[in-house]
Amino acid sequence: MEGCGLITVEHLVKAFGPKLAVNDVSFSVERGEVLGFLGPNGAGKSTTMRMITGYYPPTSGRILVGGHDMVEDPLAAKRLIGYLPENAPGYADMTVNGFLNFCAELRGLQGDARKRAVYRAVELCFLESVLYQSIDTLSKGYKHRTCLAQSLIHDPDILILDEPTDGLDPNQKHEVRNLIKRLGENKVVIFSTHILEEVEAACSRVIIIDRGCIVANGTPAELQARSPLGKLDDVFRAITLPDTVKVETHA
Amino acid sequence: MNAWANIRTIMKRELSGYFTSPIAYVFLVIFLLLTGFFTFTIGNFFERGEASLVSFFTWHPWLYLFLVPAVGMRLWSEERRLGTMELLLTMPITSWQAIVGKFLASWLFLALALLLTFPVIITVNYFGDPDNGLIVAGYFGSFMLAGSYLAISCMTSALTRNQVISFILSVMICLFFILAGYSPVTDLLTRIASPAVVDVVAAFSVMTHFEGFQRGVFDSRDLVFFISVIGFMLFTTGVIIRNQRSG
Repeated sequence: MEGCGLITVEHLVKAFGPKLAVNDVSFSVERGEVLGFLGPNGAGKSTTMRMITGYYPPTSGRILVGGHDMVEDPLAAKRLIGYLPENAPGYADMTVNGFLNFCAELRGLQGDARKRAVYRAVELCFLESVLYQSIDTLSKGYKHRTCLAQSLIHDPDILILDEPTDGLDPNQKHEVRNLIKRLGENKVVIFSTHILEEVEAACSRVIIIDRGCIVANGTPAELQARSPLGKLDDVFRAITLPDTVKVETHA
Repeated sequence: MNAWANIRTIMKRELSGYFTSPIAYVFLVIFLLLTGFFTFTIGNFFERGEASLVSFFTWHPWLYLFLVPAVGMRLWSEERRLGTMELLLTMPITSWQAIVGKFLASWLFLALALLLTFPVIITVNYFGDPDNGLIVAGYFGSFMLAGSYLAISCMTSALTRNQVISFILSVMICLFFILAGYSPVTDLLTRIASPAVVDVVAAFSVMTHFEGFQRGVFDSRDLVFFISVIGFMLFTTGVIIRNQRSG
């Protein structure tokens, strides 16, 4: 596996009917990298992540996770991944403890190993105080962290987080960013966001995606250098088109 | 067995889901009240003067028509509504294991409801001397019948995130499976079609196959019918779930 990263994506395409949600996306991520997925809403960030995690089968292209092809050997590939879906879903009627144990069991953890894994995830995400509360009674921040804990439970090599700081207060955002940075030291972390400061704070590499295509790929510093003022949001606005422009060109 | 461990984990969660919400208790109470009412009041259990549970089992296809879809309607539509389907299907399990685990959990729950009707067995044995083999066959048939309806509900719940739509669709399909062999309908059919056609249509009905069990006839064809319906519906569920993800 020399020369290729923990995750390799080649010419990924996803079509929903006639619409191309993701159009020929290729990249590769090495261990120790934190990759920020940046782009306007509806650019194809979530769709790409859903394909890498094996939820959507790609229309064409190849996804290699730790050397396993996601389409041909999905179980081996999925074992390496921890995933936080968009909007952090959870079973409303379960307690946080029950939910985390359920996820740990599906990850193949049993007995003492399971207890330790749940304990570790609870500690990492500060969930002690709501452990026996049912998920539908949690505030948005706690609900989010419960789902984040679920993605960390088996200490995966790869973490894929779809808008991990969405709906959190500034303190919680800060905590999650630090967590991402810490975990990124010896794992692969891919996370999507549309908050630019987050990218500067946590990423070692940025991919900007717009209307299904990669329009920029580099370190935050490299991208900043493209702007005369060194501001990332100038770069972002220069290379991605806002929704309003799209409407005008179609009309 | 890794696969079995996954199925068991999903089963356990699904079953405990019934009991942590009021669904289980509401369902059990209503099921038992209705079976009692139909057996003793409408079915004239005592006036019949025979030591059998015919007046108990006759109503099962009709009672299940509404009660089983009520149990099954949330199986997949709830997962889709909450978004947990994405979580579940990105776990290192196959969608098969998830489908079978969920189905078995609900089936087990229906089995529990059925077992709680045991007072009718005690009653009929207290007042008379029934053929208990016949009763066991009837219970087994009823269990298979419930499983078939449940597999249908499982399929319809995968179609939509709306539980009400899932419920109505499932009732309609189950109703079709009843009516195809319901005597007023088959009588009507004999007037316009040849007996061979009527037989073919009736062979698709759960009524025809459930009656065999009620008579205590253990015909392997009846068993094969119910297992085929369950297998086919669960397979269809798998296809629907896969298609949704392919877009």
